[in-house]
Amino acid sequence: MSEKRNKTLLHCTVNGKERDDVVKDNILLADYLRENIGLTGTKIGCDGGECGCCTVLINGVPNHACLRLAATCQDAEIETIEALSEESRLSAIQRGFHEKLGAQCGFCTPGMIMAAEGLLRENPNPSEDEIRQGLAANICRCTGYVKIIESVQFAIDEINSRGKAA
Amino acid sequence: MEYMPNFQLHRPTSAEEAVKLRSEEPEALYVAGGTDMIVNVRRGIEQPENLIDLSGVTELKTITEDDEGLHIGAGITLNEIATNEKIKADYQAVAEAAAAVAGITHQQYGTLGGNLCLDTRCLFYNQSEWWRQSNDYCMKERGDICHVAPGGKRCFAAFSGDVAPAMLVYQAEVELVGPEGSRRIPLSEMYQNDGMNHLTFNPGELLTVVHLPKALAGSPSRYEKARIRGSIDFPLAGTAVRLEMDGKKVKDIAIALTGVNPFPQIVKGTEDYIGKAFDDASLDALRDNVRKQAKPMKTTTVAPWYRRRVIGALARRLTEELAG
Repeated sequence: MSEKRNKTLLHCTVNGKERDDVVKDNILLADYLRENIGLTGTKIGCDGGECGCCTVLINGVPNHACLRLAATCQDAEIETIEALSEESRLSAIQRGFHEKLGAQCGFCTPGMIMAAEGLLRENPNPSEDEIRQGLAANICRCTGYVKIIESVQFAIDEINSRGKAA
Repeated sequence: MEYMPNFQLHRPTSAEEAVKLRSEEPEALYVAGGTDMIVNVRRGIEQPENLIDLSGVTELKTITEDDEGLHIGAGITLNEIATNEKIKADYQAVAEAAAAVAGITHQQYGTLGGNLCLDTRCLFYNQSEWWRQSNDYCMKERGDICHVAPGGKRCFAAFSGDVAPAMLVYQAEVELVGPEGSRRIPLSEMYQNDGMNHLTFNPGELLTVVHLPKALAGSPSRYEKARIRGSIDFPLAGTAVRLEMDGKKVKDIAIALTGVNPFPQIVKGTEDYIGKAFDDASLDALRDNVRKQAKPMKTTTVAPWYRRRVIGALARRLTEELAG
């Protein structure tokens, strides 16, 4: 096999910033985000699409960054956990996980929050069943999920009450 | 799973271009969503030098309807199928099966074509490189023997796609585009009973469209599967049942299975029930018939006898529910 690496010029938007990077054809989006750009909030857990820790939004839709080749994200808009806080204030979902103790060891939390973010954009008022369904591809070994569901519900309540106040 | 071969990625924008690329690089692999393919590449099961990424082929991402029925592009995601109102109303089992694939995140980028062409799975095959190496590989991949049936000459890896049985009970047809042009065949003819080579594709062919016939639109159906983790998993056994009743009597029935054979299979002998009413004895006979035709082997961590029992029970339960 040739030692010369196949490369692609990747144009995409990461967390609102336009980028042009030369990436190896065989590099995964998770490695591109973590190693090339230094956005280490996206975690690599199982490395095979089973745990959901690497969930990021691509064009607003949750995707596993460990199963997506970076070079296939041409012209895509990628959002990671680092994009959620606004002027260094936690987003509603992040605050929910903080207030309701939705994180213990915290390793699954970035993926959970990104999956919840994708869910709430699609469906701003999900029922408990819909939250469970929306987070079905994410595994947490600590909390037993009850606190995670409460965290998302906290965020929904907060977003709704903020809407009324405005 | 840190291993990643140094492949070249091709990103065609039309099916024609994809097929042309494939004919130039006969060993190249098609990849759509990649939910299964990328895992296999990383485990060294597939070692491509060229990958043809189909995510840029927009012509595969349409659903159209005409007098003949519904035509679903192979690039349509499973989530689009699970939430499509037309499919939910007219081909219920198809929507249910798409919603049962893995977890919601996979469904949002995994495609119909990928699920129908899913590689067969086995406990001794879907493992990391070092795991398989220390076990002397297996006949499906680099090795000589089958660990499921040592001494046998066949591979028993199980087909584990959810959508195929639901498509089969609706007599779906598929469009295959190859270097020689396109052809249309019944979905059932796309598969054969061989775990090493379960797809009957000619070299370089690409699945582009799945046709669901109008004649069966609205025919009641269900899909259900047994799996280890309820939130995300391949089926240990799955079954789609389509049952049309005329009063108390069966007008039309079709049952298809997944996860228990190297190919998704239509259960034989169901036409015997047409014109008759179901009672406990005939439902039991249907269950036993399904169990007889399901041939699960030791390809999962769950014992074959359990999967055989559960597939019969699922088929019986769905039939009873649909019969009302």
